[in-house]
Amino acid sequence: MDLVILAQFLLAGLSSGAIYALIALGFGVVHNATGIVNFAQGDFVVLGAFVAYSILVSWGLPYWLAFLGAVSLAALAGVLLERLALAPARSREILILVFITVGASIFLRGLIKEIWGKRPFSLPPISTQDLALGSFVFDPQYGWILGVTLSAFFLLHLFFRYTLWGKAMRAVALDAQTAALMGIPVPWVVAASFALAGALGGLAGVLVAPVWPLGFESGVLIGLKGFTAAILGGYGSFPGALLGGLLLGLLEGGAAYFASAYKNILAYVILLVVLLIRPEGLLPLARGQRL
Amino acid sequence: MKKVAILAAIIFSLPLLVSNPYYLNVLAFVGLYFLVTLGLTIFIGYAGQISLGHGAFYALGAYGSALLGFYAGLDPWGATLVTLLFTAFGAGVLGFFILRLQGHYLVMATLALNLIVYFLLIEAEEITGGVSGLPGIPPFCAGSFCFQSDLSNFYLIWGIALVIFVGVLKALGGRLGRELKAIKASEDAARALGLPVLRYKVGTFVFSAVLTALAGALYAHYLTFISPKTFDVFYSIEVVTMVLVGGMGNPWGAFWGALFLTPLPQILSSFDEYKDLIYGLILMSILIFYPQGITSWWEKTLKKTPSFSLFSR
Repeated sequence: MDLVILAQFLLAGLSSGAIYALIALGFGVVHNATGIVNFAQGDFVVLGAFVAYSILVSWGLPYWLAFLGAVSLAALAGVLLERLALAPARSREILILVFITVGASIFLRGLIKEIWGKRPFSLPPISTQDLALGSFVFDPQYGWILGVTLSAFFLLHLFFRYTLWGKAMRAVALDAQTAALMGIPVPWVVAASFALAGALGGLAGVLVAPVWPLGFESGVLIGLKGFTAAILGGYGSFPGALLGGLLLGLLEGGAAYFASAYKNILAYVILLVVLLIRPEGLLPLARGQRL
Repeated sequence: MKKVAILAAIIFSLPLLVSNPYYLNVLAFVGLYFLVTLGLTIFIGYAGQISLGHGAFYALGAYGSALLGFYAGLDPWGATLVTLLFTAFGAGVLGFFILRLQGHYLVMATLALNLIVYFLLIEAEEITGGVSGLPGIPPFCAGSFCFQSDLSNFYLIWGIALVIFVGVLKALGGRLGRELKAIKASEDAARALGLPVLRYKVGTFVFSAVLTALAGALYAHYLTFISPKTFDVFYSIEVVTMVLVGGMGNPWGAFWGALFLTPLPQILSSFDEYKDLIYGLILMSILIFYPQGITSWWEKTLKKTPSFSLFSR
């Protein structure tokens, strides 16, 4: 066994895991505000990546503008989904709302194909200098992915803990009716949750696109991975999203090293076993403990 | 029952009007989807559960009956029967474990099942043929007649589907239907009245799994070629979408949902690039404005139209 190569696989797994964690948190934020699974979450990732591609490659603008553009446009897409498709829905039944997002996902994929075409894109790397720890040399993009993801989680932790908006979102997650009675504008909080979910997806898109080329249909697969991570950690839980994402990434990295053909199957078999032993994920929500 | 008789008459006389094999093929596929949505609408609408894993049972039916033919030498009927028995047993054991999961966790478990089966079909190349698929599956035969043409398969599929449809309508109209309704209304109340809720849930799961596997077997022996792409997660999402668009918990909704959504991508293909955009918009609009499905809209419109009430008098 070659330890350096194993470490490479694990590091690659860990950084994909960070991407899954961002997407998982997007699923969780929407779940806490509305109780639904948003099937368009993966398409926000692709949207973010493609917006960044236009800004960086087509217009030749700097990277920080690509981040800004991708995150804000994906956030806008989230708000539009909530305002135009979910808020006017005549049924509050979860299953109906979930499948409205399925329709939205098909629509978004069509829109992305219309604007950017069918060809997969990848973004240029943020920095090209390889990083080295002794004899262990690694792609700097992994460093960027892990660094930005951990900072985003830290900032969001502060946001949910200490800002009025963050507290309002936690209150709505706990009990929307009581929150409304306390004067919290629930529709605004729900819209803000979708904006945050979109933004997290867009951020994941910019980060992942230099490592994985994304096509207009990639959203389904990457969204599924994020959903899996969210379930693994405990759906709607903030630390659960991070733990579930990183764990799923590590599992895939390890499986890729030991049995590459069956790495996809292994991840889902482990997930099923986890669900049977712990039906609520690894870090289930205690009442009043969401986010 | 009168409505079913009219429906059967219309369907069985359709080939007199439609001779183009392409249209017959699409109509046969409506029948295959109808078999699946019929079982699924009871699981979703009555037992109140969600499965995004029925593509796995569709694959089990198709690959199961094809491989039993290749490796155990069974004829298509025997292979299908053994596959259905195995599906019933497998879905029963599986359902007993995973139907204890709630909400999104059940969605994930069924999704995972579909993904595992899908990747297995691709990876177990020596047995399943992998990505390139499994050709040369024999058709169903009765005596010297074999169901090879689109026309004969159309009659085979719809014959089976309509018989099962009548059975389902009868069963739901009786005691079983009332008990399932009670579970849907309140699980706790149903349990308090002594209904074995988990057993009923597993029962509807097994029923829908067997119907889906049956559709898979009919599909395999009709097309004589299968490949993993047909059985991916998109299939599972598609059939649940049909159930919702038709109106969940309503066997007629299963019919209308399948009839409306099966040919829609082909109809929209004339819009070329805007196909997906329009498909997504139609789907969203129906679910936003008619959450009870197109069947409810259509029944309401009929009731509102005065000329119709004159007719029915």
